[in-house]
Amino acid sequence: MLLFLAPIVAGLIGTWLPAVGIFPALGGHEFSLAGWRELFAYPGLGSALRLTLTSGILSTFLSLVLVIGFVACCSERKSFQALRRLIAPLLAVPHVAVAIGLAFLIAPSGWLVRLFSPWATGWTTPPDIASVQDPYGFALTLGLVIKEMPFLFLMTLAALHQTHADRRLAIARSLGYGPVTAWIKVVLPAIYPQIRLPIYAVLAFSLSVVDMALILAPTTPPPLAVLVLRWFNDPDLSMRFVAAACASLQFGIVAAAIGGWRLLEIIIARLTRSWLTDGQRGYGGRALAPVFGLAASSVCGLGALSILGMAIWSFARRWRYPDVLPSVVSLESWMRQGSSILTAGLNTMTIGLAAAAIATTLVVACLENERRQSVSSNGRGIWLLYAPLLVPQIGFLFGTQVLAVHLNLDGTWWALVWTHLLFVLPYVFLSLSDSYRNLDERYVRSALCLGASPGRVFWRVKLPMLLRPILYAMAIGFAVSVAQYLPTLFAGGGRYVTLTTEAVSLAAGANRRVAGVFALLQALLPMIAFGLAIGIPALLYRHRRGLRGIA
Amino acid sequence: MSSIQSGIRQIFVGIVCLLGAAGASQAQSQNWDDTLAEARGQKVYWNAWGGDERINAYIAWVGKRVWDEYGISLNHVKLSDTADAVSRVLAEKAAGRTNGGSIDLIWINGENFAAMKENGLLHGPFSETLPNFAGVDVEHKPSTRVDFTVPVEGLEAPWGMAKINFIYDSARVETTPRSIPGFLKWAEANPGRFTYPTPPDFIGSTFLKQVLIELAQDRDELQKPFTSEERFAEVTAPLWDYLDALHPHLWRKGELFPANGPAQRQLLDDGEVDIHISFYPSEASSLIATDLLPGSARVFVLEEGTIGNTHFVAIPFNASAKAAAMVVADFLMSPEAQAEKQNETVWGDDTVLAMSKLSKTDQQRFNDLPRGAATLTPEELGATLLEPHPAWMTRIEAEWQERYSR
Amino acid sequence: MSQSNERNESRNSLALRGVSLGIAGRALIAPLDLDVAGGEIVTLMGPSGSGKSSILAYVCGTLEPSFDTSGKIFINGQDMTGFPPERRRAGILFQDDLLFPHLSVGENLAFGLPQRIKDKQERNARIERALAEADLEGFARRDPATLSGGQRARVALMRTLLSEPRALLLDEPFSKLDVHLRERVRRFVFDHARAEGLPTLLVTHDPEDATATGERVIEVQPAMVDNPSASRTPQKNHEISTREHREVGIIKKLSL
Repeated sequence: MLLFLAPIVAGLIGTWLPAVGIFPALGGHEFSLAGWRELFAYPGLGSALRLTLTSGILSTFLSLVLVIGFVACCSERKSFQALRRLIAPLLAVPHVAVAIGLAFLIAPSGWLVRLFSPWATGWTTPPDIASVQDPYGFALTLGLVIKEMPFLFLMTLAALHQTHADRRLAIARSLGYGPVTAWIKVVLPAIYPQIRLPIYAVLAFSLSVVDMALILAPTTPPPLAVLVLRWFNDPDLSMRFVAAACASLQFGIVAAAIGGWRLLEIIIARLTRSWLTDGQRGYGGRALAPVFGLAASSVCGLGALSILGMAIWSFARRWRYPDVLPSVVSLESWMRQGSSILTAGLNTMTIGLAAAAIATTLVVACLENERRQSVSSNGRGIWLLYAPLLVPQIGFLFGTQVLAVHLNLDGTWWALVWTHLLFVLPYVFLSLSDSYRNLDERYVRSALCLGASPGRVFWRVKLPMLLRPILYAMAIGFAVSVAQYLPTLFAGGGRYVTLTTEAVSLAAGANRRVAGVFALLQALLPMIAFGLAIGIPALLYRHRRGLRGIA
Repeated sequence: MSSIQSGIRQIFVGIVCLLGAAGASQAQSQNWDDTLAEARGQKVYWNAWGGDERINAYIAWVGKRVWDEYGISLNHVKLSDTADAVSRVLAEKAAGRTNGGSIDLIWINGENFAAMKENGLLHGPFSETLPNFAGVDVEHKPSTRVDFTVPVEGLEAPWGMAKINFIYDSARVETTPRSIPGFLKWAEANPGRFTYPTPPDFIGSTFLKQVLIELAQDRDELQKPFTSEERFAEVTAPLWDYLDALHPHLWRKGELFPANGPAQRQLLDDGEVDIHISFYPSEASSLIATDLLPGSARVFVLEEGTIGNTHFVAIPFNASAKAAAMVVADFLMSPEAQAEKQNETVWGDDTVLAMSKLSKTDQQRFNDLPRGAATLTPEELGATLLEPHPAWMTRIEAEWQERYSR
Repeated sequence: MSQSNERNESRNSLALRGVSLGIAGRALIAPLDLDVAGGEIVTLMGPSGSGKSSILAYVCGTLEPSFDTSGKIFINGQDMTGFPPERRRAGILFQDDLLFPHLSVGENLAFGLPQRIKDKQERNARIERALAEADLEGFARRDPATLSGGQRARVALMRTLLSEPRALLLDEPFSKLDVHLRERVRRFVFDHARAEGLPTLLVTHDPEDATATGERVIEVQPAMVDNPSASRTPQKNHEISTREHREVGIIKKLSL
């Protein structure tokens, strides 16, 4: 555990010290607030701050409202099951791929406009409207919602399962409550504590996202996180102090936002306390069902279209505005990129597999140990595990890089895997812990009483029975690793090209043909992983009906 | 315990330094064959801007050639901004890594070169001792030895010649501006149809410098660092007035700028803007050949000339594979590599070599290159304006951020 | 079953000496002394949450360490206290059959067979014999999930018996079965336990189970400590929560 948190702590210190003027390599030996002064003198700071806060908080809020509204209103509708199936692949698609696809989809010269131009809109040339990189960050917010809604949805589903929500709901309904009111009054209070940390993780991520912001956010000024990256990379080396100050500010903002959110939770809980028990049955909620159904489907639909658009681009040779489909199609983009696809793809796969395998092994060992020692996981432990997801990446990765350079580890394959692990581990743990803990302990006892040693029980009973959730957790870990941009950039020393770093650098170069190739591959790899995670147990246990329920 | 460790480390560092110093003095006395021998089997990590697929493909070709020829394994580390590499070398210096660095070669010029040179982050001098340097046109292309007014002093090897030119779609646009003031008039007449990449992107910054030079009263003053804040304000005042007037007529009303050159190229192809700023004289033809622009794309330049410069490759002070990096730098200056680079179906970047210094067969390589309809002759390309001193550039970029990025 | 003859002769026995359980400093089961002879079935009765299932867990060695325990467990006269479950060889059946869903019926039985029986043919023969005994000939390759409740219960018992236990612990093994099945499975289990001469401890809250044995019944009666309503909340035995326990059981010996 310490091994995983040490880089974060060291990274934070390595970032905070320069913020107060201490950075010996640049001749900074004394305490100084010059970095902060310069930061606050930056004229775009206000806008950058506003942009960061609005896109970060709005996207988290929207994702949450959509998920809660959709689950509360639509769990009996057909669309619920359909969306449920669509959500896993969408979750697997890396942020960058969604961002690149969305940018093309909603641009003034993008796919959506092309569908209706010029015959319906009269636009023979694209309208001069900032629908991507808009000054208010709406495009970024939309992109974040597309990615974060599936995550919160999945977390909510897990929480529903854990809290036996269907039973609660049935009781409330039998007491005469309307379905939506019943859900909000008896299910939401139970599941909210379970999805609280995921919400905070979403909030922290949205407030400090870099890769998506590079593609969807405005540039003058960009959100804080992009500013930090820009200043860290400024050839004028004294900008490091400003960058460090800004990174610390970023950290403060995330902390404040989480604190504020928590405060709001408490206030809302207080205010609605009496409403919970005032006996109002509220039958009106049903009317909201189509609204949330449509909203949630549109978000997912946009996500799916984004990927589809990029898939088509990867086979396009000429595709000009206002053509709905490419005028010239070719395989050239794939052929020409052959060798870089191979390098980037292999790197992505080996790093992802290693990180996922190590993380899964560690998590299984951790959970098995927890069971054998009968130590119940306490609340603090889970916070520590969540730490890498709650601390803004940009706030500690620079410090971590200096640490890695000191240890002579930077740019090595292991440093890269290690850094990925920081982010892979929490997700693997989250995804596996419930299934692992929920496995009926009496199977183990029966096996022990049949004379099997604990080791034999673990290998012959527990692992095979948990094969599906374990592989699924590995697939999630793999998907998380594939999506990492900043950690790969910092820890890999740029020497390790992955599909994601390649996609971001090509997205900046705006060559959609090639960006399409990488975005598509980037989306495909995790999907293949998920396919295997579902397919392998299904094949192995095709004659074992009893295992289908355990996941 | 820790004191023992630090002691050991000091000894270790000392030994490494001694070895390094010994290696360096030896390297000077080595002849080129020794360098070639040392380079064989080395791995070169070349950090180069990776935003353009065609350039990446060219770099991949170089990788194949140096592998076949010299047994060097070349890895292109694709940067979104060259400053990333500067930053990395700095981080390594901060951590005390004086050799075994992670970067062996950087594609660089201008302010990034100035920053690295000033901070002692570069290896060399090496470039003028490379065999192929003999072919470089130092007489007529002075920017091969003075990079943005900063003397190169052998710390980087010239790779290509860039010169600002403007690409437009002749099927859509009839009149094009002929001067910087003309651009303002054109933009007023065609609102929302022009833009430039966000500084500090090199093309965006170069456009600002083009404006600065053309509107400046004393162009020579720009060749030296500015003498005072007041002077800077005075000299750049026309630039800011110009931009203030221009921006409302730009794409997205000047509130948003494309990230870089290729992004603007995409905007041109999408029909969102009418003009794309290019740094490579044959780029338009190259973009047509690779189907990234329509066949009707054409090039125009400005009456008073446009800014031109040289881009280079440099080796960080702590590079792991210095010998191989030098061999690659030398290969990049070879007639073979230079002609391939100038080929419009490949990249379309002009050579740094002097035709007069080449053998007949090598000259023929260049004469045989295809020449697209959108490529201007050297005469049509017009005069080349010199880059101002990087001090201006750095300051103008910061000032631009302050004024227009809020 | 033929292979059990040797055990019959060695006269299996199970003994609890001064076994008391507690949790978080509170007594749950007062010291209990109990002797179960080979072939005898002793019933522990009591409402949910009285700790009777925990006694079984203590006997077979799978009780969570959070319990405070004292007292000794003797199997065949040997002190097994502190031994890991796999060394005690006390077979246990729960209300769910707990057949491993990833293994076929035959593989489940094979999991129970001791490792010392190496010969493949011998192992298969024993499995076939066990299946025949449970009226399940030819079921070896079946997926346990496709079996009926009664069939699964029989496989579960056979799996336990194949592991050559020296005592049998039954943790409400019939409570989930249909009424008409319950009687048959009960007889099947009891008959086998007696035939194998296994000392058997049955935990149940169904008086019919107790009557069916026709043997000794020990009632585990809970006593309230502070919260009268707590005892009325139905709780499943195996779900004894480690935190919410407010009951103390006292044990009264009855003779039938």
